[in-house]
Amino acid sequence: MPQEYKLILNHADEPGYTPDIECYLRHGGYDALKKAVALQPKDLPDGAKRSGPEQIRQEVMASGLRGRGGAGFSCGLKWSFVDRKSSKPIYLICNADESEPGTFKDRQIIYKDPHQLIEGVIISCFANDVHLAYIYIRGEMPDGAKLLNRALQEARAKNFLGKNILGTGYDLEMHVHRGAGAYICGEETGLIESLEGKRSYPRIKPPYFPAVLGLWMCPTIVNNVETLCNVKHIVAMGGAEFAKLGTPNNTGTRIVSLSGHVKKPGYYEIEIGKATIGELINDPAFGGGLRPGRSLKAIIPGGSSAKVFKAGEKFNIKGKEVDLLDLPYDFDTLIQAGSMSGSSAIIVMDDSTDIVEALANISEFYAHESCGQCTPCREGSLWMSKALHRLTHGEGRAQDADYLIKIADNIPGGRTICAFGEACSWPVQSFVAKFKDEFIAKGAADEKRHAKEVKGAGQARR
Amino acid sequence: MSFTVPANLEAGIDELISHYPVKRAASLMVLHALQEHFGWISQEAVEWTAKKLELQPINVYELVTFYPMLRQQPMGKYQIKVCRTLSCALGGAYELHKHFCEKLGLDARAHGPQTTKDGKFTVEFVECLASCGTAPVMMVNDEFHQGVSHAKADEIVGGCK
Repeated sequence: MPQEYKLILNHADEPGYTPDIECYLRHGGYDALKKAVALQPKDLPDGAKRSGPEQIRQEVMASGLRGRGGAGFSCGLKWSFVDRKSSKPIYLICNADESEPGTFKDRQIIYKDPHQLIEGVIISCFANDVHLAYIYIRGEMPDGAKLLNRALQEARAKNFLGKNILGTGYDLEMHVHRGAGAYICGEETGLIESLEGKRSYPRIKPPYFPAVLGLWMCPTIVNNVETLCNVKHIVAMGGAEFAKLGTPNNTGTRIVSLSGHVKKPGYYEIEIGKATIGELINDPAFGGGLRPGRSLKAIIPGGSSAKVFKAGEKFNIKGKEVDLLDLPYDFDTLIQAGSMSGSSAIIVMDDSTDIVEALANISEFYAHESCGQCTPCREGSLWMSKALHRLTHGEGRAQDADYLIKIADNIPGGRTICAFGEACSWPVQSFVAKFKDEFIAKGAADEKRHAKEVKGAGQARR
Repeated sequence: MSFTVPANLEAGIDELISHYPVKRAASLMVLHALQEHFGWISQEAVEWTAKKLELQPINVYELVTFYPMLRQQPMGKYQIKVCRTLSCALGGAYELHKHFCEKLGLDARAHGPQTTKDGKFTVEFVECLASCGTAPVMMVNDEFHQGVSHAKADEIVGGCK
């Protein structure tokens, strides 16, 4: 039987659990930090010494932790790219700009267990010789920002933060920085620009890899909220032990945000790959199935930019034919199936959904949120949204389906600075390809009605 | 009308600026603080911020025109922000938005924020508020509401004095 495995959300929803530091300390809070800063240098066989921070970085690498924000990139590798010889300060930014439609996992951590995040950030900073860190929280979470500020004060008062942390000689300052309603700030280089006080225009890579040329052109680590929380648990249990959770190359747990047409929408923490998409939707432990009398139409498996799956689709996974509902929910399988687990947000649509309306909704989002730097994305996202607006307001044409595909095919693939180009194209490409009949039928019906009206008007004049 | 920033607000702003090794980085936080006090970001507020952070006014103005949460004109006393994005739309966000508009005498099909004549309410659609499991969701100023039925919506409006 599939079930939840609560590592990050172990206490968050317990009755009586509060976001203050006393409660966190009663539940073993900051023990991992104490363990981290007390690590003694290790002698290596070749006579060299491995410092405490280096040991933590090695544990994170061994844990197989992959970024929980969307890209699923190895956290250990990301940290290994940091330029440690530049003599410039190294900064760390926690990306708490949770904005990918469908996603609401970081909100749970920030609002219910802010100290877990702060402990994860402090340990990650210690491991990477960081002395100044920021938590970039989206502007629409004002209470979250207040909670985090209060938690930072409490941590400072207990000397988990500030000068000479726990008597180790290690100094760290951390501040909360609020965004102001722009989705693109979730893109790490856009986030850095925004934090610098500019418009959130993503930077081109190369040369602006944050690990080398990040915040104020200094080496910078940007990690998602959930990723940083995992670091705490890796230090507490050891990288090898952490790697036993989940499945090979998809280690640990993930908090899956389930929304749309299910009986029990919500967030469910699972061992990665230990539950299938079908179980997440239908099992009583998770979504509890569709509403009575409804059947499944489509699923967006990883936040609104992930390519859509059509009910009944079959995939070739490692030489075997697998039904959509039997796909294990992990990073690698979903990529093999042609989509992604992204920010681990599943949006379920039943047969009552107008698929053209659904895509129009998503495209309007991307047209609104494109930062406007790159022409293919700025214009393309708007053209697609306009065509879909037409199609959903009685002004469509049968050829709109092909028109949409043509635009969507010409935005991504290195034509834009950041991955937003992909993010706005993937839904259009996949929705239209998989539900083409519905797009054509809708446009054709509009054309037919218009032709009738024009003919009628002509006759009236005679 | 002259633009004056009260001393305690300025002290808070100075504290915010101290969080950054480069003053410009405080821009968004300063604008948030000013908007919280004045309700919107006027031309004077832009110029004041630029002077404070040793920038040109355009460096600040370009933020006000880019970030949707920063307001270029005064808004209603109660700003109702209804999430419009997919999961909330599937959960009835468009009907909810229409309900607010009809109740308050606004046009549900108009684009952008709309304010009632008495200046009490502004209603607008916003993009994903990151609480898709409890759709439809909305905010009234800084206050977050989830699973908003039409009855609950009426209650919320009734509670705005």
